Amino acid sequence: MDDMDDIVREFLVESREGLDQLDRDLVALEQDPGNRDLLARIFRCIHTIKGTCGFLGFSRLESVSHVGENLLVLLRDGARAVTPRRATGLLQLVDAVREILGRIEQTGSDGEEEYAGLVATLTALHDDDPAGPPPPPVVAELPRPATTATIAAVDTTVRVDVALLDRLMNLVGELVLTRNQIVQHPVVEQDGPLATTCQRLRAITSELQDGVMKTRMQPIGTVWNKLPRVVRDLAVSCGKQVRVEMEGEDTELDRTIIEAIKDPLTHIIRNSIDHGIETPAARLAKGKAAEGRILMRAFHESGQVNIEVIDDGAGIDPARIKAKAVQLRLITPEQARRLGDREAIRLIFAPAFTTAAAVTNVSGRGVGMDVVRTNIERIGGAVDVTSVLGEGATLQIRIPLTLAIVPALVVTLGRERYAIPQLCLLELVRVAAADVAAAIETIDGTPFYRLRGLLLPLVQLSHTLALTAGRWEPPPSGPVNIVVLQAEGATFGLVVDDVNDTQEIVVKPLGRHLKAIPVFAGATIMGDGQVALILDVYGIGQQAGVVGATTRSLVDEPAGDVACRLGGPRPLLLFGVGEGHRYAIPLSAVARLEEFPSSAVEWADGREVVQYHGGILPLGRVADAVGCSDETRDGDLAVVVYDDGTGPMGLVVGEVVDIVEEPATVPSVPTGRMVLRSCVINGRVTDILDVAAVVAALGVPAAAGAIHG
Amino acid sequence: MAEIRHFCSFTVDGMLVGIDVRQVREVIRSRTMTPVPLADPSVAGLINLRGEIVTGIDLRTRLGLARRPDGAEPMHVVIRLGDGAVSLMVDEIGEVIEAADVLLERPPETLAGPVRRMIAGVCQLPGRLLVVLDIDSAFAFGAAQPSQTGEE
Repeated sequence: MDDMDDIVREFLVESREGLDQLDRDLVALEQDPGNRDLLARIFRCIHTIKGTCGFLGFSRLESVSHVGENLLVLLRDGARAVTPRRATGLLQLVDAVREILGRIEQTGSDGEEEYAGLVATLTALHDDDPAGPPPPPVVAELPRPATTATIAAVDTTVRVDVALLDRLMNLVGELVLTRNQIVQHPVVEQDGPLATTCQRLRAITSELQDGVMKTRMQPIGTVWNKLPRVVRDLAVSCGKQVRVEMEGEDTELDRTIIEAIKDPLTHIIRNSIDHGIETPAARLAKGKAAEGRILMRAFHESGQVNIEVIDDGAGIDPARIKAKAVQLRLITPEQARRLGDREAIRLIFAPAFTTAAAVTNVSGRGVGMDVVRTNIERIGGAVDVTSVLGEGATLQIRIPLTLAIVPALVVTLGRERYAIPQLCLLELVRVAAADVAAAIETIDGTPFYRLRGLLLPLVQLSHTLALTAGRWEPPPSGPVNIVVLQAEGATFGLVVDDVNDTQEIVVKPLGRHLKAIPVFAGATIMGDGQVALILDVYGIGQQAGVVGATTRSLVDEPAGDVACRLGGPRPLLLFGVGEGHRYAIPLSAVARLEEFPSSAVEWADGREVVQYHGGILPLGRVADAVGCSDETRDGDLAVVVYDDGTGPMGLVVGEVVDIVEEPATVPSVPTGRMVLRSCVINGRVTDILDVAAVVAALGVPAAAGAIHG
Repeated sequence: MAEIRHFCSFTVDGMLVGIDVRQVREVIRSRTMTPVPLADPSVAGLINLRGEIVTGIDLRTRLGLARRPDGAEPMHVVIRLGDGAVSLMVDEIGEVIEAADVLLERPPETLAGPVRRMIAGVCQLPGRLLVVLDIDSAFAFGAAQPSQTGEE
């Protein structure tokens, strides 16, 4: 019903705009009866209104405008001349239409009024000009609708040139930088009133930034709306029946991103129909409905937008993908044997899988999926695929909300700072000076670091940027800072001199002289006004040779990889509570991990709280929720900061153990109220908790304001 | 009737160089630059020009002339280029020189080196020569040549 309302509202707004134009055009036509352009425009307008209201089921409006349209046809074709009487009649029609629109807006229907008088007048005007005075204006019996009603639907939106919004965005970006410079100025800290003003400047700028960002947001529906047509055409040409369903069309995205995902999305849909959905006969034979179904879902999650394209087609056969990959020499038979089904399916993203003839034989998808992946990754997104053979496939895309302002980690190399988009960032590792020699091993001069069992190739930023060359040499003194990054499914550690902080940066393009350098994604201006380059993680990975040899990175991903993957095996945070109980929660539910001395715990409103980032963080003990003894009443508290969007809260656990991937095979164990399921992780029975249920059981109120940074 | 053209003039390594004033956006003093590794050697770095990031190109390097002596502060001539801007780093700013376009001669055939393909012509002024830059070809960088990294 809501959808219908939206369509009607749009119809009302558009028709009113059209009617206003019509008024002007009719008046102009009277002055210039021979003007064919005017006539054509008037005809089009009435025709559109008639057509739309026929579609929307407003039959009265349709019949009234139909009579007017007939008259306009005669005028347009030159069969009848434009006379003042006819112009008056048409203006009366405009008034009548306006009145009916007003009624539709108020009551939702076009009423019972027949407008017989007006219809008769207009019909009479079809004939050659009868002699005699013009009939008394019908306007008298058509009271104009109350003006307030008209305003409601018209005045809530303003159309603005996108270029203007882009300029505003740039200016706001500048304002943010200027604000940062002012706020960091030493004078501010000494001056009380100035500090207060700066505080307000900070708040206002942030709000303004949010506001301008919102103006550039468009619902994803604007792209999706074009897809049903694509689906229909393609389905017809493939002899298939496909129905499209959409969820979350109103999920908003920056328009630059909307532009960027248009093609990849179309591509994915095309693949779904071409390779995924079976023919009606094949579907019926498998006991499915003849009509295939493609579901598109979009939703926001932790500052990103997730888009899923789910089909109920044949799914992707990992065995055939493997066979094809071996045939194409993407992987060796030995690798194929070791390759898990999920990883095998991901081979559809491998570049060589695109070559046309090679793909059509494969029952999976593949045409240009590497292009889809590259396009999505270029805008800082990630794409993944899962499939159940015979039941369908799901493509997942995760993309940032906006490209203009991104959270980034600032690192130092030599005297320069570089920004790394946080989207590619997995974790930071600091190897203490004393441990460097032992922790970082080399194979033929290439350094590796063992990260929880994963052999992490290290890439020296100074090598990549050609500032230094040669073999790995540990720094003469001081620790080694490793930024663990992910690109194209490959994980590597970037060695930098120092890790500064994270901040929101305004991405600016590089001049065309520098576009060809793959390791830079752009530049930004730091708080002190200096320019810093933004690193392109994908480009660095390629330059260093860790990414690009795609098959290797696709194949060699060991289970228990730190890579935070989409869907499928979710990363879990493993922790202990009480005596020997192991629990896990999805890592996606974790905002941060913190440790507080028990002396930091204070009481507010009858519950434990700690001071946290200038706010108050309410605490809840997981032990209380799951009903086991808790020995950590003294000593340091390990706290998992959880934020469900209403504000952060702290879950006190016994000890944080590890981050692991959710096992794919699950022993069926009856689950408790707060336990989603139980499984064996690292050789121990572990309950995967329903975080929301735990929080509800503890009755932890959310702290006001979310955590930033 | 010959058209009078106005050239913004400046010197690089003793050479008097001019570009059409309509291409010049502004002239600014030397400022802190952020070097760009892997870029063409003539790219001296990036500057923040009131929020716009502008590539600074050292005209001495670009034209294959001697390096600017240490301690000599270059001037920046910010020019419009396509939809963006680049900053030419020169030694000193000269006057705006008027010249009829008929006086603009083809560069002498004997001229060789990188200078040759970057100049639009030469203008004979009383006592000196004004070398007029062809902005488009002077800054038509091919794909920047990233130097080999030590990774292999």
